[in-house]
Amino acid sequence: MNNNPEPLTIQSAICPVPIRDRGYVIMGHGSGGKLSHDLIAARFLPAFDNEALRAGNDAGVVQTPGGTPLAISTDSHVVWPLFFPGGDIGKLAVCGTVNDVAMMGARPLYLTAGFILEEGLEIGLLEKVVESMQAAAAEAGVQIVAGDTKVVERGKADGLYINTAGIGVVRPTTEIGGANARPGDVVILSGTLGDHGIAVLGARGELGFESDLESDVAPLNHLVMAILATSDNVHVLRDPTRGGLATTLNEIARQSQVSIVLREDQLPIRPAVRAACEMLGFDPLYIANEGKLVAIVAREDAPALLATMRRTRYGEEAAIIGEVTADAPGRVLLKTGFGSTRIVDMLMGEMLPRIC
Amino acid sequence: MKYVDEFRNAELAQKTAVEIRRTVTRPWTIMEICGGQTHAIMHFGIDQLLPPEIELVHGPGCPVCVTPLEQIDKALEIASRSDVIFTSYGDMLRVPGSHKDLFSIRAAGGDVRVVYSPLDAVKLAQQNPHKQVVFFAIGFETTAPANAMSVVQAKALGLTNFSILVSHVRVPPAMHAILNSPNNRVQAFLAAGHVNAVMGYWEYPPIAERYQVPLVVTGFEPLDILQGVLKTVKMLEAGQVGVENAYARAVTYEGNKPAQAVINQVFEECDRKWRGIGTIPNSGWRLRPEFADFDAERRFDVGEIRPEESAVCISGLILQGLKKPNECPAFGKECTPERPLGATMVSSEGACAAYYRYRRDVIIER
Repeated sequence: MNNNPEPLTIQSAICPVPIRDRGYVIMGHGSGGKLSHDLIAARFLPAFDNEALRAGNDAGVVQTPGGTPLAISTDSHVVWPLFFPGGDIGKLAVCGTVNDVAMMGARPLYLTAGFILEEGLEIGLLEKVVESMQAAAAEAGVQIVAGDTKVVERGKADGLYINTAGIGVVRPTTEIGGANARPGDVVILSGTLGDHGIAVLGARGELGFESDLESDVAPLNHLVMAILATSDNVHVLRDPTRGGLATTLNEIARQSQVSIVLREDQLPIRPAVRAACEMLGFDPLYIANEGKLVAIVAREDAPALLATMRRTRYGEEAAIIGEVTADAPGRVLLKTGFGSTRIVDMLMGEMLPRIC
Repeated sequence: MKYVDEFRNAELAQKTAVEIRRTVTRPWTIMEICGGQTHAIMHFGIDQLLPPEIELVHGPGCPVCVTPLEQIDKALEIASRSDVIFTSYGDMLRVPGSHKDLFSIRAAGGDVRVVYSPLDAVKLAQQNPHKQVVFFAIGFETTAPANAMSVVQAKALGLTNFSILVSHVRVPPAMHAILNSPNNRVQAFLAAGHVNAVMGYWEYPPIAERYQVPLVVTGFEPLDILQGVLKTVKMLEAGQVGVENAYARAVTYEGNKPAQAVINQVFEECDRKWRGIGTIPNSGWRLRPEFADFDAERRFDVGEIRPEESAVCISGLILQGLKKPNECPAFGKECTPERPLGATMVSSEGACAAYYRYRRDVIIER
């Protein structure tokens, strides 16, 4: 120990040169968080600008010449490993797009599937993925009606990537979208948080301990139909995938110009997920889900909706987790168990890469 | 969850807060050393439970924040070499050097990987005999044993392709430096319980004596922190000087002897520059000469890098507890976690990042 230290000379204020706009893509651009949003806002939106895209929802809603509103969505899947507890890349590819279409209050009907295969991929493995896709499509009640296959040299892809696109018919009376949350609404979550992200991390052997946790990947369109059959006052539906619940609610708070206040003690989180997050320094609010939805609904309809959701296969653990207020537009806040309040921000940068 | 829930009990927390309010009679400035504690305070809103007399100021205990810019530039230079797999704790990837960060190096083709333990980096070295595997060994006394162990293991395995870039710092010299500063406002410390779990607290009584302050070894859960504050306030109010342990379930006076032994086997004390603060005598560790083969700075001959730091942010003053993040004119405006001006905004343990993530509305509105 140094017993006779000199008085500390304080250097002048010190700071690194900040990294402004990067000229290239980094992994964080695919996180679903702030960087992804910035990339979309700065690079894609201005180029492709149109009304459906500008709405910023999980699926674009367009009208056929006959006036039927259609929801269209697409999703590419690069998850690694290809198989993980509770699912695989094929099931994920079907459910991801089915769910994005369903979140517009639409009935998903048809999907397309594009495969990018790496030279050397075992055909048996591909067959398993295809079977899994068919099973998920059957459960969701959709058909895969067009497809494409490309092969790239060994080393140019990681086994297999899948893109799916989907189309569904929006119920004519439905007014669902991220901009429709209103002060007084309540926030319902269909089940536990973070199962998918932590299950995939476990499958990669990155947890450093064993876990029997399974991904929650599931098609949610039947749950959505049950919700819409119960209430005409559903304002927002969204599935909190990459970036987690925190990012999804931040998007909604900004689109609707409301604040969303969560109650920490109401958030359903499995002990295994909590434990993994504690050990690795993650927050379950930012971990991806692939079989959960957030419904923002009129307060008076919440009890009936909760009862309906709890009777369905993927909504058994549904819970009211917060409410919408007008206090701090654009903000998501969390009331802690101690009665204090903190901001819940969007995900910054990359947390867990290639989880979907 | 066992060992977590019981220390997050809201009712007990409120009771402790009431006891703190009952005990305090005048204003006190208390520094929590560790960035992990700063974040817990913000995350759980513990400061909102404390009476206005108690001011918590945030210490330099964020390893990412105090790692000097030239070490980061060295890391970037090594990581960009095509024969290198550069491994690091995840937090370091975002920290900008003079021009780039490790994310950028990776995007440009560098092999940069996040590991949870330096021993994983040793495994990588075994699996990749034709690559040089380098681990960025930063941190306080908490990460030092594992980092030292990686070198011991690599030596035992006869690995010639493993090395570490060392930027280790120690808490007690920083306490000296802060208390010895003519501008010091700190009247007591919450010592960083995880550091003490390794090192014990036998180094601390001379500091308490010399500067006539209370030092309370404190944990990281909400109840731990409140207990630490309560003990500190009781000592301050009674005019008591000395060291107390409010984290007895993890910390003993002697600490973890085998961990200290492996540190001493591999590292020796050295002067170390702290980003934003300056050079503090004997405040760091470097590899002992017998382990020089594992020193990445020697292996890659990065030479001396003299980075230029511009003067906008006040992270130096924040790291010494002289200013709070909200006193910086750039806070939340020019300086955000996406576009950090200083290390305290970059690191997830940095005080500015904590203020930004959990409190920025209140602060910016003021």
